[in-house]
Formats: sequence, C-alpha cells, structure tokens
Amino acid sequence: MRVALFVTCLNDTLFPGTGKAVVTLLRRLGCEVEFPEGQTCCGQMHVNTGYRDEGVRLARHFLDVFAGYDAVVAPSGSCAAMVREQYPKLADGMGATRPGAFASVHGGRSGFARAVAEVTPRVYDLSEFLVDVLGVTDVGAYFPHRVTYHPTCHSLRGLRVGDRPTRLLRNVRGLELVPLPGADECCGFGGTFAVKNAAVSAAMCADKVANIESTGAEVLCAADNSCLMHIGGTLSRQRTGVRVMHLAEILAATERDVGGPMSREVPAVDPAVNGEAR
Amino acid sequence: MSAGPGTFLGMPAFPKNAEEALEDSQLRFNLRKATHTIRARRQAVVDELPDWAALRAAGKAIKDETLRNLDRYLIQAEEAVTRAGGHVHWAADAAEANRIVIDLVRATGETQVVKVKSMATQEIGLNEALESEGITANETDLAELIVQLGDDWPSHILVPAIHRNRSEIREIFLEHMGEWGRPAPADLTDDPKALAEAARLHLRERFLSAKVGVSGANFLIAETGTLVVLESEGNGRMCLTMPRTLISVVGIEKVLPTWRDLEVFLQLLPRSSTGERMNPYTSTWTGAVEGQEFHLVLLDNGRTKVLADEIGRQALRCIRCSACLNVCPVYERVGGHAYGSVYPGPIGAILTPQLRGTASELDASLPYASSLCGACYDVCPVAIDIPEVLVHLRAKTPHAPAERLGLKVAAWTLDRPSRLRRAQRLASRLRGLLPRRRLPGPGAAWTDTRDVPAVPEESFRDWWNRTEGGAR
Amino acid sequence: MSSREQILARVRAAVAGAPEVRIPRDYRTTGAEAGRVERFAERVRDYKAVVHVVPAAEVAATVADALSRRGARRLVVPDGLPERWLSAAPSVERLVDDPPLTAALLDAADGVITGCAVAVAETGTIVLGTGPGQGRRALTLVPDYHLCVVLDEQIVPSVPEAVARLDPARPLTWISGPSATSDIELNRVEGVHGPRTLEVVIAL
Repeated sequence: MRVALFVTCLNDTLFPGTGKAVVTLLRRLGCEVEFPEGQTCCGQMHVNTGYRDEGVRLARHFLDVFAGYDAVVAPSGSCAAMVREQYPKLADGMGATRPGAFASVHGGRSGFARAVAEVTPRVYDLSEFLVDVLGVTDVGAYFPHRVTYHPTCHSLRGLRVGDRPTRLLRNVRGLELVPLPGADECCGFGGTFAVKNAAVSAAMCADKVANIESTGAEVLCAADNSCLMHIGGTLSRQRTGVRVMHLAEILAATERDVGGPMSREVPAVDPAVNGEAR
Repeated sequence: MSAGPGTFLGMPAFPKNAEEALEDSQLRFNLRKATHTIRARRQAVVDELPDWAALRAAGKAIKDETLRNLDRYLIQAEEAVTRAGGHVHWAADAAEANRIVIDLVRATGETQVVKVKSMATQEIGLNEALESEGITANETDLAELIVQLGDDWPSHILVPAIHRNRSEIREIFLEHMGEWGRPAPADLTDDPKALAEAARLHLRERFLSAKVGVSGANFLIAETGTLVVLESEGNGRMCLTMPRTLISVVGIEKVLPTWRDLEVFLQLLPRSSTGERMNPYTSTWTGAVEGQEFHLVLLDNGRTKVLADEIGRQALRCIRCSACLNVCPVYERVGGHAYGSVYPGPIGAILTPQLRGTASELDASLPYASSLCGACYDVCPVAIDIPEVLVHLRAKTPHAPAERLGLKVAAWTLDRPSRLRRAQRLASRLRGLLPRRRLPGPGAAWTDTRDVPAVPEESFRDWWNRTEGGAR
Repeated sequence: MSSREQILARVRAAVAGAPEVRIPRDYRTTGAEAGRVERFAERVRDYKAVVHVVPAAEVAATVADALSRRGARRLVVPDGLPERWLSAAPSVERLVDDPPLTAALLDAADGVITGCAVAVAETGTIVLGTGPGQGRRALTLVPDYHLCVVLDEQIVPSVPEAVARLDPARPLTWISGPSATSDIELNRVEGVHGPRTLEVVIAL
C-alpha cells in the first residue's frame, strides 16, 4: 500500500517529532511511507479566517500533491477534517456564490471538484487509518504513564472518529487512561480565534486545564498539535507539570525507548525498524 | 440603559464586550449552571427518540422546501387566513411593521397591550415604537418581565433572563414590581416557586382586563392558515385568548406548508429547546376565532436578503429553539449581551450580520465569535451548519489591513514548498532569539496566557531529506 | 409597488434557479400500541400532574372524590360534558358558559372539568379542541384547577397520530402538565399563569 504522510505545515515546522513518530509507527505496522515533498498546507487557516481565494489555492495544491496514493495519513484531526469535510463545500457552495473564485486555479471549478471527489475519500486521520484501514487497535506500544485524552472538536464532530483513539490507547501496555471530564468541550484554540478572541479563548482553556488537572494525569494526549499547542502553552505557563503528547508519539513508543519518551523530542526513528521496512 | 430599536446601537466589537463579560463572576456562574442543566435535559429527551436523526432530516428538508417556494406558500397562507376571517398585512421592514401595529392598536382606542414573548417584535423594537406613541406594552413572559422590570437586555432566545440568578430576580421584583402595578410581597424569598407566584399575582389583573394582545408565532401553516405558539407558563394562552383584538407579527420564514408538518416540529422544538418531551402549552388557531378580531403581520425586515445568499439562507431554517446557545462554549462564558443583538449565540453570529449587514464594527466581528467547534451544528434540530455559514460570512466581511498582509504573506510562503523550507530554516536559525513567554505585536495576544512552543532545530522536511526518511 | 408585491418579488428573485427539495419522511408515524395507557399516565405524572387510571364505571366516583379533596365547590362545566361524570357530585355548583362567563367569574371559580379531543402517550399531552365537553379556551385557562377526563380510545401512542386526528380549523390547546416555567436558572417550576393543578382521570 502506498501511504503518503501529510505531516501538516504546523507539525512540519514546529512539531517534527510527531511526524517522525508517525513514520516509526506506520513502518512498524508494515506500511511503506512516503513523504511527498511538494506538500505545504491544507489551507484551513486561510479558509477559516475568511481568505477563501488563498485557501482554495492551497487546497488545489494539496490535491495535486496527494493525487494517486492509496491513502493519505495526517496526524491532525482538523487538517484531515478540512480536506474531507470542507473541500467538498468549497467545490460546491463557494463556486456558486463566487464564480470568479476558481479563475486562477488550474482546472477551474470543475477540475477542483473532480480532484476533491478523487482524493479526499482516501484522506485519513491517524486513528482512522490505524483502526479502519490497517484494522489494528493494538499497535504494540509501551508507555507506562497516567494519560488523559482530549478528543478535539474536529476529530469528534468533524471526522467522527469516535472511540478509535481511546481504543488504541487502551491497548498500550503500561498506560493508565483516565477519563477527562468535559472531554467533548472545545479547548478554545479555534485557529485565529485564539488571537482574535484571546480572552474567551483563554477562559475556555482555563476550564479545560482545570479538568485536565482534576484527572491527576501526567500526560495530556490528543491527535492534533494545534489544540495541544494551545493547551500545552497554558499548562506550561501555569507550571502545572502536565505535559502534552500527540497520540502518534505515545503509539510509537515501545519498551526499546530507554526511559520512555519523556519530552516532546521523540526518539529518532528506530533504524532496525526502518531496515525491515525497506 | 435605553433600548435601541432591536439593536444595541453603538456597541464595540465582540472581543471587547466578551472581555468585559468574562470579568463578571456572577454572570459566569449563572450561565454555567443554567447551560449545563439544560444540556443534560436536552440530551436525555433527544436520546429517548429512536428516530431523532430522521426527524431532523425531515425538519431540515421541510424548511428548505418551504424557502424554495416561499412566494407560493405566503400567498397560500394569506388566502387561508383571510378566508378564516383574519386580516393579513405585509411589512417590508421594521418601521412598516411597527406602523401597522401602532395603527391597529390606535383603532381599538386602547393604550395598553399585553405581549407574549416574541423574537420578531424584539427584533423590530416594537415596544419602544409603541411607547413613543403613548402605548404601553406589557411583557408577560416571566423572563421578559424580569428583563423589563430590571431595565435590562435579553440575553438568551428562550430564557432572556438567563444571566440573572434567583436572588438577583428577587431583588428586581422587590424593587421594581410596584412601579408597574401590584408590588411583590415584602417577605418574598428567592425560592423559584415564590418568585413565579409573585409574577402570577403581578400580571393577573392585566391579563384579565387586556383588550389587545400582541404575539409572534412559532409556525404559520400555509395550507390551513393556522398559527402555532408554543409556551410554558400560560401567559401565551392568556394573551392569545383573553383580548378582543389579537395582532401576530410573524417572520415570513415561519411558514410551514402543511398541517402534517407539525408532526415533525412539535417533536423537534420542545425537546431541543426546554429539554421537555412537550412544552406545557401549545396554542393553535386559524383566523378570527371565538369572536376575536385577528391581524397577521408578515415581516420581511432583511429576510429576503438572507434568502438570496445560497449558503447563508440556511439560517432561515432556524426555529429559535436556542439549543445552539446552550451548548456553545463561547456563549457559556460571555452570555448574550456581548453579541449586541436580540439573537445571541451561534445562531445570532450568523443571523445578525446577515439581517443587519456588517457595516458596524460589532456586526463585522460576530462571524469570528466562534472557535468553530461544531457543537452548535450537532444539536441544531434543523441541521443548520453554523460553522459553514460563519466561515462563509468571514469571507464576505472586510479584513483589517495588518491581518490581511499577514495572511497574504503566509499564503505566499505556503504556495511553494521551497518558500516554506526557507522560512522554516530562518526560524530554526533564530530559534534562540524567539521569546517563549512574551511575543511582540499581535503575538502578544497569544503569550498573554500561553507559552509558545520552542522552534525545533530542524523541520520535519529537512529531517526527512537529511536522513532519507529516517533511513540514515 | 405594495410591500406585498415587493416582498414576493424579492423572494422570487432570491430563490430563482434553486433546486427543488425532496422531503424524506422516514421517521416513525406510529408509536408503540403496547403499554400506551401506562406510558401516558407515567408521562403525565412526570409533569407533576395528579393521575388516576380507573375503569370507566368508576369515573364519577373518582371525579367526586377528587373534587371533594380539592374542596372545589363552584365548578366550570362546559357544554356537552357527559352528565354521568358528575353524577356522584350532586352538591357541586355548576357554572355554565351561557351566557359567556366573564373573566372575573372564571377567576372566582374553584376549577373546571373537561374531556379532551385526543391525548398523546409518548409526550403525556392532552389536546383540547373546543368540542363538546371542552368549551372555549378561556374556560381551561383562568381557573386554577383543571380536572380532565381522558378516555382510553382517545390516547394515541405518538405525536404524528395526534396531529392526524385533529381539525386545524378549531382552536386547539395542547396541554402537557400544569403551567410551568424554566425561566429561573433553567429549572422547571410548576405553576405560573395557567392552572397550577392538573388532575387527569384516565377511563379504561
């Protein structure tokens, strides 16, 4: 199976450890992982902030880069939801209300719509890919820590990943999963909302942080580093001592990681595993 | 505080209002308690119906079909109401609707009207318009009474006084009931039963002597000309039944094609709104009944403008249940006043800018008053994709020049992987210089409460290239 | 151009070219027949109404008993109410609506007794349709106590079945429990402007 990693611009730039963890994990599970180097960004920030034309241009670029793969895996619920849920809406509604919107996009509106129909059904969030495509819920991970899981809005209500992430976490050896009160409530990130409505965003995060602390967890896990950047930034500012980790980083960890992955700097990809994969 | 006609004129933008509201710990406490109570109740009665999803799909489609053929249904409704002895008036805007109602009240010779809570009459500022012509409008819904006595703004579609708790309500009753009529008993407690009893006694004389009633309607059935009002307290029944003259102001989007369609909406609305299997009272009437004189005022006031927007028009499906307010994390923390409109919360954030336009700073900021978490869409009984409309309206609203420049630069960088790589390498080189606790400029909005992550030495793409995907 | 013409023209322009919409009606249009009466009784009780389930022959005794417990001596009796329902309560003073009772008289009454047009088990709802034994709307609104007799065959399982049975030309009042409000902290409190006590006798 030709699997393309869509690492996302945020992970690429700020959280490369998450990308490396996905590579480690997928290779351990026998996948051949490619990283199409033409990739940049899905366009979510632009579309959701009201810059549709720029967003559509980035979407078109994404569709070109990721055409022809059996699966595209993104370690981000919101980026995967952008592609799968919002690209079709861009193709539909926006083309109708703004006839000129696709003028500078190659293939025009109909070409865009065709590419959307072809590419987007094969775009998966990491947990969907593991559970639905590979059919695994035990990925052979070891992580002896007390962890609570924040489901993130776009995974929960956009992609509807349901309990896939927690099924994966429950099968991690040594991991104690504690339920997060008010888990389904938004953390307050919301992209540019975090800056445009900084006060409300901070108030939402304050409640999220209080809920996290009430669990007594060492680690807050989520499948989206944008939410984790927001919550983690608050946890760090408040010196709570709770650290944040992406789902991929926990699932990539095994007994071979001496001391376990205690920081966001995840151990480099295991050469032995890579050797097998090649 | 003085109420502008249906708008809270001159209010600053949402983020500023929100910041002030967030400081009010009593408000935060009241809202949290109330919204969490109603969320649980709604969920329980929705889960009870095995066919909720099918009802929701039907509700959405019925509304869409109505809007698609609205001209036909409006004419049909007009004919049916007229045939049943009612009078139908058409109002293109708020001023015309107010004029029609004032003239109708004048014709009766009365100077007092009793009112059932109605979003449409709040939207057009009817009470203020009546007052300026020497006619007193008596609000009869308990929450509206609390708002009216407290010279306050409504802050919720269903429960306009949701921002007040029981002890605040007690104080308002003790202080102000006497100014309007029968005073509250001096030994009034803050027991909700006692508060409801005080309201009952205060309003009863006015109901029993009322000659003119003014209402809105939840639904208007085109096929039969039937109006439908859902309520809880019985004040609606009082206002609809006791007066000799009844005037109903109804938005044109409230039409439903057939009587049968009620089988869907009488299940969707109460469960979504008060979290009950059914609200205590629903009244339906067709034309002039039981010797009453009946006037129907059909109101446009911007609705046809909303209808012309292919994406935005879904907001006209709204049945004003307020489920979206009750689950919204933003509304829960700032309350309704920050939205500066009689329509607060997620539905307000898409309805107000469409009805009023985005000329004011406040209205232009409303589409951004959301983290796009999607909880509103999940609970909407007519499946209004509020996040979709928010994003659509953001694209239609003008942007601040500095932001525009920033996002243009970002888009330019992201257009080519080579540019992104150069930007990443620059950031990595400067990583030691970037403060993690205090960013300059607009970044300060982030670092006021949050640290920024450390920039890594190497981006993922550089790592992939250097190690051939981790092979080296 | 009149506002009517203007609004209709704007509507037509706004939706021109929009596709037609198909309405899926795959929701339930009938409810469970089994346990219909029990469900109705349970759900009316949920609204804090008083409910009696009795054989038809015992309606009169139940009514008399309820009235005496309530201390209701002056009772509004709408035209067409089955005479036998009050046959065990001969001492009750009947207020008839002919000529129409004034609001003050209704307010001074101890209560009202009615039948109904239809009742809904799933939602615990009683619908009054101003037919025989139901009276005009004010009769069940102003008095503080409403005693309602519901016959077994009037109880339908679900809302769609009730809608189908009703005549929209008549003014209808759907009643689900006593008057209530959720306006204080979104908590339900029974008893505001409508009757504060609802008592239901279900006749099997």
